[in-house]
Parts: sequence; structure tokens; C-alpha cells
Amino acid sequence: MEKFTVLRSTAVPLPIEDVDTDQIIPARFLKATTREGFGDNLFRDWRFHSNGTPKQDFVLNNPLFSGQILIAGRNFGCGSSREHAAWALADYGFRAVVSSFFADIFKGNALNNGLLPVTVPAPFLDHLFQALEKDPSSSVQIDLEAQTVQCIDSKETVSFEMDPFKKLCLLHGYDDIDFLLSRRETILAFERGRHYPFNP
Amino acid sequence: MAKTLFDKVWDDHVVTTLEGGTAVLYIDRHLIHEVTSPQAFDGLRSRGVSVFRTDRTVATADHNVPTIGQHLPIQEPLSRFQVEKLVENCKESGIALFGLGHPHQGIVHVIGPELGITLPGMTIVCGDSHTSTHGAFGSIAFGIGTSQVEQVFASQCLLQVKPRQMRICVEGKLRQGVGAKDLILYIISRLTASGGTGYFVEYTGSAFRDLSMEGRMTICNMSIEMGAKGGLIAPDEKTFAYIQGRKYAPKGPDFDHYLAYWKSLYTDNGALFDAEHTFLAEDIPPMVTYGTNPGMGIGVQEIIPAPTPGENRQSFDKALAYMGFSPGESLLGKTIQHVFIGSCTNSRMEDLRAVARYVEGKQKAAHVTAMIVPGSKQVEEQARKEGLDQLFLAAGFEFREPGCSACLGMNEDKIPTGEYCVSTSNRNFEGRQGPGARTILASPLMAAAAAIHGKITDVSFD
Repeated sequence: MEKFTVLRSTAVPLPIEDVDTDQIIPARFLKATTREGFGDNLFRDWRFHSNGTPKQDFVLNNPLFSGQILIAGRNFGCGSSREHAAWALADYGFRAVVSSFFADIFKGNALNNGLLPVTVPAPFLDHLFQALEKDPSSSVQIDLEAQTVQCIDSKETVSFEMDPFKKLCLLHGYDDIDFLLSRRETILAFERGRHYPFNP
Repeated sequence: MAKTLFDKVWDDHVVTTLEGGTAVLYIDRHLIHEVTSPQAFDGLRSRGVSVFRTDRTVATADHNVPTIGQHLPIQEPLSRFQVEKLVENCKESGIALFGLGHPHQGIVHVIGPELGITLPGMTIVCGDSHTSTHGAFGSIAFGIGTSQVEQVFASQCLLQVKPRQMRICVEGKLRQGVGAKDLILYIISRLTASGGTGYFVEYTGSAFRDLSMEGRMTICNMSIEMGAKGGLIAPDEKTFAYIQGRKYAPKGPDFDHYLAYWKSLYTDNGALFDAEHTFLAEDIPPMVTYGTNPGMGIGVQEIIPAPTPGENRQSFDKALAYMGFSPGESLLGKTIQHVFIGSCTNSRMEDLRAVARYVEGKQKAAHVTAMIVPGSKQVEEQARKEGLDQLFLAAGFEFREPGCSACLGMNEDKIPTGEYCVSTSNRNFEGRQGPGARTILASPLMAAAAAIHGKITDVSFD
């Protein structure tokens, strides 16, 4: 997994609430058996007409906005557990999503793919939306070590919470499996005497 | 200290706790399917690791399978490749697969319980958000992403932070024509599509106790639709009776041994929850959704509300524009074009029998397509045995083969752009049932009534 330390980038605003993973990547694109290439269909039905031409009013088709940070309305990533949603965002080029809160499964999936979900207070989220509306070239800085997000134009900064284990993983590029494999003995000891084997 | 049901099951599965509070949680059952597993198998191979506990892993093909002609090769090349990949991966890893053609094949959340693979007090995961269904047995069951599928393959464990806990209590008797689906849609409409985020929910009260196991599965299934990590119901005599005699359930002295443990699975008096909500069963009407998330639901006699002051206007307007509805409008009498009865929410025998009782001797409206997709091969067989298939056909309904089907529109079963579908599934998201499809969530009974009348009808007056 790619390390995450400090990210300073322009940002893309998506002030819609309850963005579900069916919008991020519709089910008909889940037939792939690898992790690559989902970025092309990110927000497919919001981004393109059925004939494949771009919808001009969708933010990803607006040349004024670009960058590695997506700023989104509350409850981002709700619905299906498909990790393809996190893969699609990362494959498109996003490295962080900022929102006032995330759906649980999406948050976990994002963290497992080096895509940082940053939860900020609602007023700060509004502040970011306003800053981007005023100046689409505004930058945002996310410092994982310090657990802070800053709106570069206004210098307004907030801190965000982060699970200490996941923080360590992201800073160093480890993943959960490396860790769990290192605990094999502990798991074997726990298993002894446990019930519920299944032998069809 | 007084413990909740959730605490008891959770504590029993914590292998060790890391600094900062993250738990290594042991997983008793890992259910897999064709869509969210191939990348996990590849990941495992690239690490040179094999599946650690095949005897706790079960596979089926459900998301991407056709619901017509399952004995034939899958026509759509990408779907066929994905299902073949599952067959190869299971064979290579030694995982039991109830794939196409197997008498146990079906929607993963239907077959787990019906085969006795799902038991009380277990931890159960699957790369599917509706894994919460299995909570109906008093187990901790939740959906996971593909990286976590790989983690469970590799270690039979997951790194998890203990969620907060919520209790939802509903006392009283449900009204005539109102069922489990209405009950959960009502709760979600009150708590919103994000009201449960960060929580694990326990459902308590006579309204849930009075439900059958199948009804309880419908409730727990939709816990994720209010954002909850999962939902569970304490096991009781109904639960134990349901399990006894199931194919892979413990038998004889083994059963008695487990039963003693299962009977200890309840929330102690005085145990604390982080949030509590109470509703009255008598207040709950037959429900329908009008928007593009499951929290946007109303009683069928109510009108579509205006956005509340706290609601994001842009999101609300976008949802209503997509659905072609306006605030103040009633859905009653609204013409619909499609009815879908199926999905891990409502595709079990009880659902099919309720639909059969309603449609018997009636005929669907001419302009409606009505599809019934059973949850599993066993449900399909049982329905045929009871003659329900003939009864459905006589009423003008299609009776298909098992799979997730039009719930998520991964296979050919899609709703055309702009058309309305009354669906017994769990999500009314934009494009969920096909690009541009407009989904109205409802109970099997409400869906059956909509098919017969060709429009939204109140079953309590029908």
C-alpha cells in the first residue's frame, strides 16, 4: 500500500449528501475480477449520458475543478460494501475524501486502499465548499501525522480523528494482513477448543 | 457487569486487543460469492498464502447469475468469467461451493440460515452489506470489503474497533396488512438513512418477538440501510426450533450442548446502550418509499413531505426530480410498470406464501411486468411442491430461478429508464435496478397488490 503523509492539493467539491456506492460505481461495472481500471466508470451515471458523452453539469467534467482531494456531503459512501468504490476513487486519482461523516464499510475500505477518509465538523465542510465556490483553485492540506486539515486560503485548520493502528499502517504503507499473519500463533492458541467447524 | 447481547458475543470472539483499542476479532463463518472475492483470492496468491480455515468458509454464486436457464452456460461473457473464476478459486482452495446447479445454491443470506450454517452467538462476515441479515439469530454479522475478505481468508480474523450500541424497542401488535418490511422501513424513515451509522443495533420488544425467523431476517437485513454496522435479535424458542434439523446444524447431544450456550445470549437487565429508540407497533402503516434512499419512506396514505429545515435541499430536490415526484403528492393510485418480488430481504417461503395468498384467483394488470425470484433453490423447490409456481403463472407473474436479480441489476434483470418498479428489495438508490430505473420499496404484500391493480394500493383497505 502507498504511504500517506502530507497531501496538499486542489480539491473537487461534491456537496451532495448520502452519496451511495451504487453512484460511485454502478453494479454493472463490478464484473471485473481485478482491482484496476474502475476510475473510468467512477460516478458513471452522474458523469456521462447513456450514449457516453459527458454531462457538462457534473463537477468531474468541469475544467475549473481538479485535484487529489474530493470534498463531499455527509454520509458519503453509504450502501453496498463494494470495495470497487474505493478502488474507483483511487484509480481516478483521488488520495483523500473529506466529509462530515462516512458510512462505516466505505471508510474501512478506503483505509485499506490508502485513500484517506477525513471526517471534519459540518461547519468546516461548509467552509471548504464556500472557499472552492469562491476560488476553484483553492488548495487543501491534509497532514496525517498531525491529524489536521487546512484550508490554505483562509488558513482555517481543524483536527480529525484517526484510529491509531490505521494511522500507523498508512504512514508506513503496511496493511492489516501483514499484521494478522504475524499473529498466527496467537490466533491458533485462541482457536483451540472453539466450536463451530463446518464440514459439508 | 451487566452485558448486552452484543457485548457477550463480541467478547467471546476477541483474540487480543491492540494498543488504542482495536480488536483482533475471530470469525466463525465466512460466506463468499463471485463478485467480491476474486481480487481477494488474487491478493492471497500474490502473498503466497493459502486460505487458513476452509472449514469455516462457504461459497455460492448469486449476484451475477441469470434467473432463467441456469442449467445452460451463462450467456454474458463477463458474468460467466466471474462465476467460473469462483468455481476455480474454490476448487483450488478447497472451499465448499454451492454454485449453479447445486441444490443448495441461492442468495448467500438466504442459504446460510436455511442450511443451518448460521447459528446464534457466531461472528459472520461476507463481502456484502446485507450480511446483517444473519443477526436475526443473535449473531454478530456484518458486511466487509474485499481487502477484509482477504484478511479473513489469510487469518480467520478481522481488525475491528468495537462499535457503539443502539437499542430499538417496538412494543405492540402490527396492524392487519403490516409486516416486517413495513416495520423496518418505518424505523429507517424515522432514524434516516444515516441514523445508525457507527452503531450496532439490538431490536427488542414484542413486535420483533412476534415475528417469525424469516420476518426477523427481513428486519436485520435492512439494518445497514440506516447506516448501522449490523443488527441483531436475541435468540429464543422460535430461533432454536428453526435451527433444529437443518442440514448443517448441530445434531443430537451436540445440539443440546450448543442450546445451553445459546440460551445465555440475551441482554442483561441494566446493560447500557449508547442510544435508545422506542416505537409503537400500532402506529406503523403499510410503507412505501418516495425518494432515492431507504430513509425517504412514508405510510402509503401519507403525502410526500417537504424537505425538513436540516435537510440538504440540493440532495432532496435531486432525489425527487429523479423519481418524478413532488412534495405534497400522494403515491396512492400512482401507476407503476414493474413489480419485483425477491432479494435477500424478501424472497423466502413466508414472503412467497403471502404473495400467493393475495394473488390467488386474481390477474396482474395488463401493463405490469411482475417477476418473482426465489431466494434459493430450496425455496424454489418448496414453492413448486406447494403449487405456488402454477398459481403465480396463472396470475400472470413470472417465477424465476434464484439469485440477487433485479435488486441490483447486475444480471439481465433490469428495470428500463424512467419506469417505476415496486420492489421488495432493500435499496431505492438512483440506477440501482438499472440506469434511470425508479424504485419504490415496499413489502411483498404491497408489491403483489401493486401488480394486480397496476398502481400503488393500500393493502389494509384491499
